[in-house]
Amino acid sequence: MKARVMVMLRNGVLDPQGEAVRTALGNLGFEGVGGVRQGKVIELDLAETDPEAARHSVTAMCEKLLANTVIESYQIEIL
Amino acid sequence: MRAAVIVFPGSNCDRDMAVAFREVTGAETTMVWHGESGLPDNVDIVGIPGGFSFGDYLRCGAIAANSPICRAVVDFAKAGGAVLGVCNGFQVLTETGLLPGALMRNSNLKFVCKPVDLVVETADSIFTSGYEKGQKIEIPVAHHDGSYRAAGDLMARLKDEDRIAFRYAEDINGADDRIAGVLSSNRRVLGLMPHPERAVDALHGGTDGVAMFKALAESLVSA
Repeated sequence: MKARVMVMLRNGVLDPQGEAVRTALGNLGFEGVGGVRQGKVIELDLAETDPEAARHSVTAMCEKLLANTVIESYQIEIL
Repeated sequence: MRAAVIVFPGSNCDRDMAVAFREVTGAETTMVWHGESGLPDNVDIVGIPGGFSFGDYLRCGAIAANSPICRAVVDFAKAGGAVLGVCNGFQVLTETGLLPGALMRNSNLKFVCKPVDLVVETADSIFTSGYEKGQKIEIPVAHHDGSYRAAGDLMARLKDEDRIAFRYAEDINGADDRIAGVLSSNRRVLGLMPHPERAVDALHGGTDGVAMFKALAESLVSA
């Protein structure tokens, strides 16, 4: 079973890299981009076959390593 | 005094830190590889050096913070041991939870590498007792991810508990309240982005880091 974790900076945390991307899009002539937030996607191959157990285990992975919950939030998709 | 300096793959200031411990404090200094599960016996202070541990993969300091030796460092600190984390070492300490807050990409997106003026914000610690509160010192910085974040009520707590050790005299990276270094609640763990170990010899261009290592030697000599 696969899981996909999306890690984003929490709302309200300034994302300087996203801002730089927004500026670059404006320079390329793409108008109307009010904001850009940059995050990361992590895909996991799991031996677990029970979706609930997989979600539980991936949540623990996020809390312990995959996200820094001081500044980041995460969303888990079980595929 | 006995010191241990942790070495991760990608550490690059480990030897500078060891030289500072040996030359300034006379400490017997052991280099400890990240895969070790324990610290040498009778260590008085652990140094976590600057660099790019594990290539800064995932987040700066995140992989290092979960290495076997860091479990031993956390136990050591929780038992009252002294820990000094510089630059990447500061990032590692926040990732272990030994220090609060987080370090983010510099707000101007630039790698900042230059001597900067710091203001000593408290002399009440084993690291800063050789300075005076309000004293300006010059220490080099070299980092891309040094913008300190203290969210929620953390900033108020740091101020109330006098745990801000150093501030940048001028903003260099967008850090909240220009914070350059913070202390743990028991004041025995210091993390800072500037490199005091790069300011301990006239040939470095400045010696304002000497007082930190001397203060440590005086505090920890009898331990």
